[in-house]
Amino acid sequence: MPAPKRRVVVAGASLAGVRTARALRDRGFDGEVVLVGAEDHLPYDRPPLSKKILAGQVSLDEIQLLSHDEADALDLELRLGCRASALDPARRTLALDTGEQLRYDDLVVATGSAAKMPPGWEAYAGVHVLRTADDALALRSALAGAPRVAVAGGGFIGCEVASTARALGCDVTVIEPLAAPMARVLGDATALDLAGIPLDAGVRLRCGVAVERLEGGERVERVCLTDGSVVPADVVVVGIGARPVTDWLSGSGVAVADGVLCDEHCATSVPGVYAAGDVARWRNPLFGREMRIEHWTNATEQGAFVARTILEGRQTGGYAPVPFVWSDQHGVKLQIAGVPDPSDRGRIVEGSVTERRFVALYEREERLAAVLAVNSPRSMLTYRRRLAQPTAGEAPASGRLAARPSA
Amino acid sequence: MQILVDRGKCQSYGNCVVAEPRVFDLDEDGIVKVLVEAPSEELREQVKFAVLDCPARALQLEG
Repeated sequence: MPAPKRRVVVAGASLAGVRTARALRDRGFDGEVVLVGAEDHLPYDRPPLSKKILAGQVSLDEIQLLSHDEADALDLELRLGCRASALDPARRTLALDTGEQLRYDDLVVATGSAAKMPPGWEAYAGVHVLRTADDALALRSALAGAPRVAVAGGGFIGCEVASTARALGCDVTVIEPLAAPMARVLGDATALDLAGIPLDAGVRLRCGVAVERLEGGERVERVCLTDGSVVPADVVVVGIGARPVTDWLSGSGVAVADGVLCDEHCATSVPGVYAAGDVARWRNPLFGREMRIEHWTNATEQGAFVARTILEGRQTGGYAPVPFVWSDQHGVKLQIAGVPDPSDRGRIVEGSVTERRFVALYEREERLAAVLAVNSPRSMLTYRRRLAQPTAGEAPASGRLAARPSA
Repeated sequence: MQILVDRGKCQSYGNCVVAEPRVFDLDEDGIVKVLVEAPSEELREQVKFAVLDCPARALQLEG
């Protein structure tokens, strides 16, 4: 009897998982690849959910990451509509919620993250999160007829939902406990500079105040804030962050602490088990600090990296990306590279806030740590390259510039 | 190996340029510009990264 083929099981069929599977085949892996996805839908891309899907401009078919035909062509076994429920590293099996046990030689944890919801809030009709395609379709229906929308949380999701809902003609209020939307990422000063963007679009901002509770009957009717004021709302969108989906790993021996703990090669504490995407926490050698990144570019890059590590072993330098994220809000393109320290102010080096076109640098002890580019994609490229220099974390800015090879 | 570009889809993310700056750049308007339409075989892996790393799916690889 021939030996069984090496089998890689990928738990999670969103961007990180799909990219891992594709990259395994791209690198010539001829064993078995099984992709396990909790949702019934074919894998799809998430960034359009808060924008074009919510606006009704594209359909789910148009944001697919993988079709059945592609899966067949790549010889990927798709197991959709079933969830990874337990891991047994001694027997090298992954249990699914269907009761099935999948044998693996290598396992990739790519189960992503789930939207947070305060206890009791979802008891009201009209309260939404936005994480999955089904969430987006439900919210899209709820936004028909231009309801009053309250968005709890002015982060990426909250701001993008506010932008789309406003464009659909809704009356929109964003509630953000910090000084301005995006302040958790960009810091108060820079976030305040950007607050004119939603305000000019007609979004109401309630900042420096938190949601105390929701009120209503069967449906939500109002949002009560900690300062005693009330925001009437037909629809409430909760955008207060996400938690990594790791509960199913409890008892497996895979170390977890706000994400799956990985080494610099994306390997977990258990041999043969790796992690990629939103769920993975690792120390980024380029920045010398631990990270867990919930953004598109990391999911695709880390998926590709893990596939290579599985097939070729540990790679020199480890996984050392420059984090990159974008957000489209009210027709303005925000791009962020690196990791801004929200206690710092971005120093504007190009353009101006008033023209809604500028580049702000976040520096720590004269070192470039992050860049915000507003409607300045070409300039962003320059700084992404600069952040990628291995010396970026060490040399002062001027020395680093001098150390770059001359063009 | 031939690169097909849909400039109408480009959203100026620049991930292609990060993946392979010898083949991709952004023009003055921030839209993708292909520097070498038929790059040599040795660049295939990086070009493939550029195609897959494009959030806007503006790039395709033929051959």
